[in-house]
Amino acid sequence: MSVDRLTDVGGAELAHTPQLEEATEVQPGTGPYKLAWRRLRRNKGALFFGGVFLLIVVLCLLAPVYASDIAHTGPNDNHITEQIIINGKPTYVVNTIGLPIGPTWTSKFFLGADPNGRDEAVRLLYGGRNSLEVGAVAMLLTMIFAVIFGVLAGYARGWVDGTITRGLDVIWAYPVYILGVALGVSLAVGGLGPIHGNSLLVPAFVIGFVYIPYVAKPVRGQVLGLREREFVDAARVMGLSHWKIMITEILPNLASTIIVFIPLILANAILLEAGLSFLGAGVQPPNPSWGTMISDGVRDIPEAFHLVLVPGLMLVLAVLSINVFGDGVRDALDPRAKVRVSR
Amino acid sequence: MARFAIRRFIAAAAVLFVISVLTFLIFQVIPNGDPAARIGGQHANAQTIAQIRKTWGFDQPVYVQYLRTMKQIFTGQVVSYSQGVNVLDSIRQGLPATISLAVGAGIIWLSLGVLFGVITAINAGKFTDKSLTVLAFVGVSCPPFFLGALAIYYLGYKAGIIPLGGYVSFTTSPWQWFTHLIAPWLVLSVLFIGIYSRVLRSTILDTENEDYVRTARAKGLSERQVMRRHILRNSLIPIISLWGLDFAQVIGGGAILTETVFNLHGVGQFAAYSIQALDVPPVLVVTMLTAFFVVLFGAIVDIFYAVLDPRIRLSV
Repeated sequence: MSVDRLTDVGGAELAHTPQLEEATEVQPGTGPYKLAWRRLRRNKGALFFGGVFLLIVVLCLLAPVYASDIAHTGPNDNHITEQIIINGKPTYVVNTIGLPIGPTWTSKFFLGADPNGRDEAVRLLYGGRNSLEVGAVAMLLTMIFAVIFGVLAGYARGWVDGTITRGLDVIWAYPVYILGVALGVSLAVGGLGPIHGNSLLVPAFVIGFVYIPYVAKPVRGQVLGLREREFVDAARVMGLSHWKIMITEILPNLASTIIVFIPLILANAILLEAGLSFLGAGVQPPNPSWGTMISDGVRDIPEAFHLVLVPGLMLVLAVLSINVFGDGVRDALDPRAKVRVSR
Repeated sequence: MARFAIRRFIAAAAVLFVISVLTFLIFQVIPNGDPAARIGGQHANAQTIAQIRKTWGFDQPVYVQYLRTMKQIFTGQVVSYSQGVNVLDSIRQGLPATISLAVGAGIIWLSLGVLFGVITAINAGKFTDKSLTVLAFVGVSCPPFFLGALAIYYLGYKAGIIPLGGYVSFTTSPWQWFTHLIAPWLVLSVLFIGIYSRVLRSTILDTENEDYVRTARAKGLSERQVMRRHILRNSLIPIISLWGLDFAQVIGGGAILTETVFNLHGVGQFAAYSIQALDVPPVLVVTMLTAFFVVLFGAIVDIFYAVLDPRIRLSV
């Protein structure tokens, strides 16, 4: 989306909507990002969910504080043989037939325990930290490589484009989950160079890799159009090198596409992490993540359903808030853009 | 048409070849664990492992192993490492469940996705649109295994309406087949309904502004006729292409999560199990099967396009 096209589209959008009087307030020369920010500010729903996501992030980042000062236990600490006082009488954290206690709503075992006697609330926060971390690192990897490949393919065309596009096509034709699980399992066994098999970086790398074509292809398409534009010709006439043109002329014009893809890929990366962990190919035990917690909890249906419900709701809330906020951002930047990432 | 078919066929063969090589390499090269040691188990001595390595051909170069495995696949003799059973037989056993899941869910998500897309587009900006949009967002944010667990707990254990998982074949009992599949169908459909209704809504709203729609209205057609004949017919094109791809993935075993959480014993669950056992041959066959369906339905969708919209010519 080039800058001037964005302004056009913004103007067109304003003309369509009832806020016509506000359109007249827009001064000539208002920048596209300022316009976008104004539109986003009007979208209360998107802002609310943006706030919800921020809150989840802050809560998860505070996991160590919660663990040490409120629950007084770590995410992997076992309390399987211990008793706690509930309603004045001592109760085993995990009873004789292996069932953990449900939510106590007190500082210890606020959301109950899992069958290993670990504090579910502490694990939920640490798990969230891991899920978000994997999602964020994966998203960064996807964006960096997708932009590099997309810009190179679109700008260079010819055999470079052919090679990159074919490579992307192969990843694209590969079913996301099968590729993710295959890479996840084999890397968890062997590790990845210096990275140990049970490191969080392994699922992050796998997820980041899987989503590259979903961003690289649209970026390439856009670069193909951009490179024919007058300002690129002008830069070439001025004697700028190809690298300089790609970085200073093409890249800034991709900014709104990149911004739109960031929440989309983040949400999908968190979902894929959960799915991979559910199948045992994501975050490796004993590290918690929302996906591994649900996966563990499914085994204890129906006796201890809170073990599925708690991480599941948290996961849905986090992904939902990113999706709604991201949709608001997309509407604000380009009300007519159509972007979609499949599972 | 013949040219189209031939070019498509060559492209498909190329994609299948590259995917099979890639799958093979992922398991052979990356895990740097000896497959012979895995087959032998923890207590195998060096002699047994050497023996296994020889009989399975792990001592040969990678490309020889690859060619041998591919030959076994195409002659139907490929055997899994972990259980020593014929892979194609296992897949044949899983296919009825997977096809039942894919066809039922495919019909549900296409019809409900189109229905919700049309409703939200007609009522754009109104309450119906906004509430269905919220639902669509919740739908795309729910992982299927979580939805599946919710269904099994609340509808299975608590209400006793649906069975707790598993698959019953249609020939055994049509009613049992239906009750075992209704929850997986809906769970699998939720995500797609969310995506399709959003995509269709925006395409319809775009098409609304086309000149031919104004012309259709101007010549006095009813709203219903304008929607059905002029708007929907064009807006459905991206939906059909999405559907072809998604349906192909599901029928090729891509619904791993749904199949696993409902314990359907389909192709996807077989793939998940085999991957966890680092069992190369079954994974190889399932990925090739999925890729085959993706390519096949891609071609079918392109032909369908040309029928829907005569301006589109068949090309690769």
